[in-house]
Amino acid sequence: MANDPLVIAGKNFSSRFLLGTGKFKSKKELGESIESSGSQIVTVALRRIDPERHEENILEFIPPHVTLLTNTSGARNALEAVRIARLAKASGCGNWVKIEVINDSKYLLPDNQETVKATEILSAEGFVVLPYISPDLYTARALVKAGAATVMPLGSFIGSNQGLKTREFIRMLIDEIDLPIIVDAGIGAPSQAAEAMEMGADAVLVNTAVACAQNPAGLARSFALAVEAGRLAYLSGLPLQLPSAEASSPLTGFLYDNIGSN
Amino acid sequence: MITLAQIKNILADDRRESVEDLARQAAGMTRRHFGRAVSLYAPLYLSNFCSSHCTYCGFHSRNKIRRMKLEAPEYRREMQFIHGQGIRNVLLLTGESHKATPVSYLKEAALAASEYFQGISLEVYPMETAEYQQLFTCGVDGITVYQETYDRERYARVHLSGYKKDYDFRYETPRRAAEAGMRQISLGILLGLGELAEDLLELYQHLGGLEKSFPGVEYSVSFPRLRTVKKETFAACDVDDAQFVKVMALTRLLFPRVGINLSTREASALRDHLLEIAVTRISAGSNTSVGGYTLLEEEQQDPQFDIKDTRAVDEIVKMLKARNFDPVFTDWRRIENTVQPLRTVLGK
Amino acid sequence: MNIVINGHPQQLTSGKILSDIVASYGKPSRHIIAELNGAIVPFDQWAQTSLKDGDALELVTFVGGG
Repeated sequence: MANDPLVIAGKNFSSRFLLGTGKFKSKKELGESIESSGSQIVTVALRRIDPERHEENILEFIPPHVTLLTNTSGARNALEAVRIARLAKASGCGNWVKIEVINDSKYLLPDNQETVKATEILSAEGFVVLPYISPDLYTARALVKAGAATVMPLGSFIGSNQGLKTREFIRMLIDEIDLPIIVDAGIGAPSQAAEAMEMGADAVLVNTAVACAQNPAGLARSFALAVEAGRLAYLSGLPLQLPSAEASSPLTGFLYDNIGSN
Repeated sequence: MITLAQIKNILADDRRESVEDLARQAAGMTRRHFGRAVSLYAPLYLSNFCSSHCTYCGFHSRNKIRRMKLEAPEYRREMQFIHGQGIRNVLLLTGESHKATPVSYLKEAALAASEYFQGISLEVYPMETAEYQQLFTCGVDGITVYQETYDRERYARVHLSGYKKDYDFRYETPRRAAEAGMRQISLGILLGLGELAEDLLELYQHLGGLEKSFPGVEYSVSFPRLRTVKKETFAACDVDDAQFVKVMALTRLLFPRVGINLSTREASALRDHLLEIAVTRISAGSNTSVGGYTLLEEEQQDPQFDIKDTRAVDEIVKMLKARNFDPVFTDWRRIENTVQPLRTVLGK
Repeated sequence: MNIVINGHPQQLTSGKILSDIVASYGKPSRHIIAELNGAIVPFDQWAQTSLKDGDALELVTFVGGG
């Protein structure tokens, strides 16, 4: 559909498919996946330079028109996330940051409270903040207040490819929060991405599924198509889903009994 | 959010199966969220002085009725009586007159009411946030304010003079009440006043917006149908019983946790049926005249509307229990009404 | 001169100018961010920044991430 841009912090995007760049077998495959999917927002991380390894600069494989979203992975609390964000900004590559604060190596669940704190600090410093959270309505409301540009609820655990296990909670956020909702984490198949978009999500972020696919560029394109299909379905208006009826004795027979009020 | 076209389709579909289906879905939803609890309350009209001329109301400023306003000993007598019936939630009503019943009067009445009732709501003229805060500290928990119709043109045509003419001030009243810390807010439209589908959609949007901004408030809605006053019909009401059922059922499905109120304007049988479908709050043993409970004989009374369900409180309770409902006289007890400015969750 | 770079103690034998230290890693300086004793050193100040004994330097760059 023409003229249905994803708007984040006043910037328009025609693609609603965000791509993470971790776990790719090669940077070449990453570059091809960005191109085949048409993704315009891509996440990266910051790490210490390793003198032993000869790594190509990942940024060389990301086209200049793509918006870089540096995630704060590695941060276990708000202050660490803030530090990473400031480092990223100092690179001159933009001030968009995905806040990812994880202090849990078993489930990799984000710490919602620390995420809110980091959002408050960074938003005040002028960052465009995209916080990654466990879907929770109070947290989301606090993030709106804290100045977040979007809310990014997880669909299921990072890397699990289990799809929208948290769908009812995501639905709540879509209904109640007036910021773009970007479903991030756990999306393992294009059909799941389509489902998120049909529900009314504004975008999805996928990493593991694409990076670990046999043909990452092919799957990336498939995801992009699924996101478009889901979005179009949502805009076209799926039939009103009323909850299912329960059997009981007739409730409205009285209307036809000729004994009614005047 | 439902669309206007979808509402119209539902209202237009008069097949028996469709109405039954909608009612059954609504009934299931009501049971899930409210169980079989039915809250009981009674109205207490403190004054019928009114400076607004609303063409559909028995109290309107041009209507030649005996104007009365209860002073403290009088309203205490009324309160004592209502309390004696078992009622513990009272809805205090006045006409729209800042002069006859200023905020100071309302505060006094609320303080008195808090000696007799756990729940105190007001259905009076729209006020400023600061005034609602003051009333909150006097024990008022709830505010009822119906937009009547959301159709601006129609609204202007039926509200001919007085403060009630101000559509926007009235529209923003629920927000101001919520900001003041009121815990219960009741909205409504007068069925038969405006176009039904359009008014419903606007009501749903009004309510949905409030829910989003003030999620901690308990909301309820009412759908009074234009009724006769002393046997005179003020306006034709083209919302028949089947439509009425559909309106309630649809509202229940779209707002699972919002209370739905049904006053004694409606006949007993219909009220009882609607309890099974969507209604969760009803008035009992009501009198809609100032001084009507204890001070005036029936022929002297000037009711705001004619009552169709004249059952006393104990009859209502008996009916509820016979149908396996759970009559609730007291839902919340006030332990401390202090004024804490309530900021919306979205911030200013 | 003893300093700590990326958590590892190092002996600096020659040159204590930040831009030289970064260059010695053999990677293009573009997209490397330097944090000296907890404070970010902007790229255009690297040539004027010299390290002292006991300094802690963090050099980070972009990598793939979700």
